[in-house]
Amino acid sequence: MQAPLSRFLADQRRLHLSHGPIDLIIEASGPVEAVRAAYQAAERRFATILGELCAELTLLRAPAYTDMKRPTGAVAQRMVAAVLPYAAQCFITPMAAVAGAVADEMLSVLTGTGGLSRAYVNNGGDIALFLAPGARFEVGIVDRIEAPQIAGTARITSNSGIGGIATSGWGGRSFSLGIADAVTCLATNAAAADAAATVVANDIDLPGHPAITRQAAVSLQPDSDLGHRPVTVAVEPLSDAEITIALERGRLRAERLIADRLIAGASMFLKGRNEIAGTVELNRAHYMPSAEPRVLHHHG
Amino acid sequence: MSNPTEKIRCDACPVLCYIKDGMTGACDRYANRAGELVRVDPHIVLDRTLAHGGGVVPFGSRSEWDGGLVAEAPRFVTAIGAGTTYPDYKPAPFIISTELDGIDMVTVVTEGIFSYCGVKVKIDTDRHLGSECATVRAQGEPVGHVTTGEYGSQMLSLGGVNHLTHGAKKEGRITCETLLDLCNRKPVTLTIDGGATVVVEAGKPPIVNGVPEERMRVGCGSATIGMFARQWFGKVDEVIVVDDHITGVLSEHQAGKVLGVRETGIRMNGRRSTPGRYFSVAEPGAGWGGTNLTDPLAIIESFDPKRAWPGLTLFMVSTTGEHAAYFELDDELKPIAKPLPSAMADAVERIRENCEPALCTVLFMAGAGGSLRAGVTENPVRLTRSVKDMLTRVTCGGAPVYIWPGGGITLMVDVTRLPEDAFGYVPTPAIVAPIEFTLTLADYATLGGHISEVRPAASLSPRDQQLVGPDETNPWPLDPAPRGTKSL
Repeated sequence: MQAPLSRFLADQRRLHLSHGPIDLIIEASGPVEAVRAAYQAAERRFATILGELCAELTLLRAPAYTDMKRPTGAVAQRMVAAVLPYAAQCFITPMAAVAGAVADEMLSVLTGTGGLSRAYVNNGGDIALFLAPGARFEVGIVDRIEAPQIAGTARITSNSGIGGIATSGWGGRSFSLGIADAVTCLATNAAAADAAATVVANDIDLPGHPAITRQAAVSLQPDSDLGHRPVTVAVEPLSDAEITIALERGRLRAERLIADRLIAGASMFLKGRNEIAGTVELNRAHYMPSAEPRVLHHHG
Repeated sequence: MSNPTEKIRCDACPVLCYIKDGMTGACDRYANRAGELVRVDPHIVLDRTLAHGGGVVPFGSRSEWDGGLVAEAPRFVTAIGAGTTYPDYKPAPFIISTELDGIDMVTVVTEGIFSYCGVKVKIDTDRHLGSECATVRAQGEPVGHVTTGEYGSQMLSLGGVNHLTHGAKKEGRITCETLLDLCNRKPVTLTIDGGATVVVEAGKPPIVNGVPEERMRVGCGSATIGMFARQWFGKVDEVIVVDDHITGVLSEHQAGKVLGVRETGIRMNGRRSTPGRYFSVAEPGAGWGGTNLTDPLAIIESFDPKRAWPGLTLFMVSTTGEHAAYFELDDELKPIAKPLPSAMADAVERIRENCEPALCTVLFMAGAGGSLRAGVTENPVRLTRSVKDMLTRVTCGGAPVYIWPGGGITLMVDVTRLPEDAFGYVPTPAIVAPIEFTLTLADYATLGGHISEVRPAASLSPRDQQLVGPDETNPWPLDPAPRGTKSL
């Protein structure tokens, strides 16, 4: 079995931690001593994180409900906290927030040693952010999760109240019940953003439409938490009206989540069209829809 | 090989994904290709900054990371996933140049296809696994034999060209599968004719007849007497350390004599070698000290009434401390079992504490002196000479190897020092193992190397590489060994 790996990227600033399906890019900024202490704390924490999750995998792959048994691991508890607000409304398992919860846990360890001006933990596109007063991030937002390119950027400042960004869609590594190419949510932490993006992406859908090919999740991945639920595997071209309907379903869900204070905003892409809910101000100066895929998330 | 239509379980990380044919696991790095678990990113590159778990090892320093900026670490291109060129007179797939302290180095990287190869297995146990020369079987097929035992360990020699190529087709296939699994550190069940069934996994304790072995013995029975006689002296009248090879008796042993231990009149079964050292006290087996005994008293013939006395205390223990018993002689000089006094319980604990963990070790052994040399140079014998002269360093997946003296390039490598799943096979059947030859560019030119094929490490496509951390106990493959010294 492969051990967790830790290394610096070629720019010598960002730390790359990898173990099984977890792949983190971490950057902390601030005085050298503070950055060093933060990276060392992050490395130590990372050694056990996947093992802790795997110990409770059965519970975490089961549908969440209000009185469910609570897990013991710190990351697992973050996952459950993030998905419980949805448990009464729709099907969701704690796995919907796994990437965000890992990012949050690592960020809390990273910032726990103190003294950083800003920091982020990027877990395959689901990002936990820390901003000291006055600091800011420029975040790239993608339009398709499987061939990502920067469709625009959003500026996040220390008083935005945003500590997490996550993106979900049907083409990514995780399965989706919907047809959204990408839904990016901004929330107080990455686990909340992750769960919300999953739910909104599931809602952007045209149930029963012949242009959409679906397959039971277990036929693709035998131990998927989605069980026999049909997940999207192909989407043929859709009419403008159909795209509008599907996106509108997502926007309505996103507005409700904003009203419930579960997220601050959401950006939704379907077949090249974009819908915005809440406070995301998308600067589309860089958007070139026909360009080759570029980096997944870009940090200014 | 498993059924292609079935899902397989990936054991690369604790998630243990089930993966269907043609799909990847949750990480996107491992996939099921027709029933085989394969790494999707094929070519292993050791990256010196990558470290397992703990600290980050910076360039040029083996100390703790100082928190400063870290230079791009040196990388060593291993042959794992490099592929091979056939026929062998073509240059090896990768001939890589790197600069080390201003000296241009060349690493010739290829995956060797070895028909002449096998594994030497060391199994830390005193239990009788099988007689010397007994056939070792996997899935019923002969794959090797029991060879001469070592101190505290039983030895197996598996594979080799005869099992791989001369036997029935199935014998060759099963031999190849057994070698592959052992080399890739997977557990393999081996059955020895007239002996035990043992599960062998490199770096793990052996499982003998279903029972995991915990400890190696502290020494033979006689050595155990020698080590602990002083600690037992005065606390018990007689000690017998039961061992299938050499059983020790305190009062007769040189160690007891020196201490002035009183004669006890004990008469042992078996054959006395020298005073206090007995051979063949019982048959080999899975009982006390590698004998077939469950009742240790069976090795005592009697006590001489002229020398023994009622109330004489006797402590019997095996060489691992796994078995222990305490007796007192009654008026008829018959040993009566009594509870172990605390001093003797301490003695047992001391023996156990001195026993090292029992492990299986697997050394891959192969001859690289054949045609693969032509992938390195147009004049193959010069490569052999260059290796013998220590000008060319040989590594397997970056791990150090031992090169046998004498002719050819016959190497041995500890399979646990290679990155995971470094070995492969071809249906020939033969084992595919990574092999790298590293030497200076000047020496490479001298031995007639394929100079026009040399290319810098940076020219490898990053898409085709998988970076892994080096085994920190291995010397860095590019660090020059002092000339004229043997490196292992």
